[in-house]
Amino acid sequence: MNVMDARATSALLYLDGVHVSFDGFHAINNLSLTLAPGEMRAIIGPNGAGKTTMMDIITGKTKPDEGTVLFDGTTDLTRLDETRIAELGIGRKFQKPTVFESQSVEDNLLLALNVDHSVKGTLFWRGSRTEAERIDKVLETVRLKDVRRKLAGSLSHGQKQWLEIGMLLAQDPKLLLVDEPVAGMTDVETHQTAELLKAINKDHTVMVVEHDMTFVRELGVKVTCLHEGTVLAEGTIDQVSSNERVIEVYLGR
Amino acid sequence: MPHLLTRSLDRAAVSFVLVVAACGLLIPLSNLLLPTGSALQVPTYLVALWGKYVCYAILALSIDLIWGYCGILSLGHGAFFALGGYAMGMYLMRQIGARGVYGNPLLPDFMVFLNWPKLPWYWYGFDMFWFAALMVVLVPGLLAFCFGWLAFRSRVTGVYLSIITQAMTYALLLGFFRNDFGFGGNNGLTDFKDILGFNVQAEGTRAALFALSCLALILAFVICRAVVSSKLGKVLIAIRDAESRTRFLGYRVESYKLFVFTLSACMAGVAGALYVPQVGIINPSEFAPGNSIEAVIWVAVGGRGTLVGAALGAIVVNYAKTFFTSGALAPYWLFMLGAMFVLVTLLLPKGIVGTFNAWWEPFKTKRIEANAESAAREDGVSAPKLAE
Repeated sequence: MNVMDARATSALLYLDGVHVSFDGFHAINNLSLTLAPGEMRAIIGPNGAGKTTMMDIITGKTKPDEGTVLFDGTTDLTRLDETRIAELGIGRKFQKPTVFESQSVEDNLLLALNVDHSVKGTLFWRGSRTEAERIDKVLETVRLKDVRRKLAGSLSHGQKQWLEIGMLLAQDPKLLLVDEPVAGMTDVETHQTAELLKAINKDHTVMVVEHDMTFVRELGVKVTCLHEGTVLAEGTIDQVSSNERVIEVYLGR
Repeated sequence: MPHLLTRSLDRAAVSFVLVVAACGLLIPLSNLLLPTGSALQVPTYLVALWGKYVCYAILALSIDLIWGYCGILSLGHGAFFALGGYAMGMYLMRQIGARGVYGNPLLPDFMVFLNWPKLPWYWYGFDMFWFAALMVVLVPGLLAFCFGWLAFRSRVTGVYLSIITQAMTYALLLGFFRNDFGFGGNNGLTDFKDILGFNVQAEGTRAALFALSCLALILAFVICRAVVSSKLGKVLIAIRDAESRTRFLGYRVESYKLFVFTLSACMAGVAGALYVPQVGIINPSEFAPGNSIEAVIWVAVGGRGTLVGAALGAIVVNYAKTFFTSGALAPYWLFMLGAMFVLVTLLLPKGIVGTFNAWWEPFKTKRIEANAESAAREDGVSAPKLAE
């Protein structure tokens, strides 16, 4: 397919026939998936289904053996590295919350802002009101205003998860990849996170990987179930969870 | 530019600069102006010895910049120090002129001894001070740039990077040992006569070199502070703590590493260049891997990631070295150095200054919080929202 000269698809993210194997283990197997602009998609699947590997491929950490990965219809992500892909506007929240522990909450957000990321730009950087206001806004959204000067390492687990989502917001990417945002959260926090993601989805495209079914149900979006590196079922949560093959591999019958 | 300076000089930094400046002025003045034998007169041998420590402090700062702030543990930084030293040594050799043992106006003694017909091309230009001074910064900087470009682009990190930096300094050690390498082989460069027309042995020259070393230490410190207190400094710490996370935020990690690594190597080169005229010799043993490791120990002892600690560590450890190696305990010095490293790692993992900071933190926080509001308003960055 000649993809470099014309917009090949209207999807924001387009994966087709992607294969990855590590030492003979097929982590991703003929995976095809599309995400429309503005969509929120939940990805479920048992352990080892290839959810995180898929995110690694999209963000440039892992190169696929074969297959097409297109962003915004024209950009071939398999040729780019992590930095370039992040610059294009794909942000990622990791499974294990990864924030810069020895720096303050607001510095974490400052680092995430999508401003000049060059060596020269950061060396001669001086703050601007716009940046300060954006940080304030994010702090408010993720409810960390009171702890803005605290070290990120001293936050609770749930707060770290939120800080990382806040960093995604500061990055303001076109596409947010969110890996297990509610792992280790209380029910209340889980509910708040669902609300937060729904709010974020108003002007961002989001892909959420999550195990927590209550949470996925609460999101109320289209669900894709992965199994052994390929798409097993796609549809509403009710459709997917009543699919016999899904029940077989995932819900454990 | 000015915002870089004002932001970087907090109270501790200003105190450090003032202390070094006072030493840089008072010690040479006391040496030159007070009568010999007076209780307050600093003898010339001490001026030279302390000058050596100050050069080591600059080397320690350069290591702390990359190790303490960016997590790059270079175990070969002595190579950049030695290269800067050799560049200065070459200038000093060319200044000897016809006063050498063989009286050759162009060729240094060792070249005459080896029957070399003419000066090798890479010795050209070193008769001019400005050229040598340029090479002091350029040669280590260029080597660090090439080395870093290859290593960081291939994402060599952690212990693997440390090992190849060791290999680098060891390779240079072997190279400089060879006579046909053209740098005096085993004996290195020595018997210096004068620098910029002043006799290197003279008291006045030594005092001036000491003052210059202090000035260089201040400059190096201010540059490091400016780097680490800029936003770039925050990116460096981010790389140190979570490298791949930083990449996913859209930072080109290898460019940042390359920048600090090269800057650090240039600083180490300047330290070496100031060291050579004060000790009067530069030979291949400066490339010994052990030297580089020792320099890392100074930083660990003083407190990694504190800058002031690195400089302090270099001075404390070297003072201890001088003290113990000149007495009956001399054969045990290496054991003591090893013990010091183990004890600091176990008991003071943050080093002297890091531990002090941790203890002082609660008091300092109070002061900072009191100042925060007014500072925030001037700053404009972390200003509270005015719209509310």
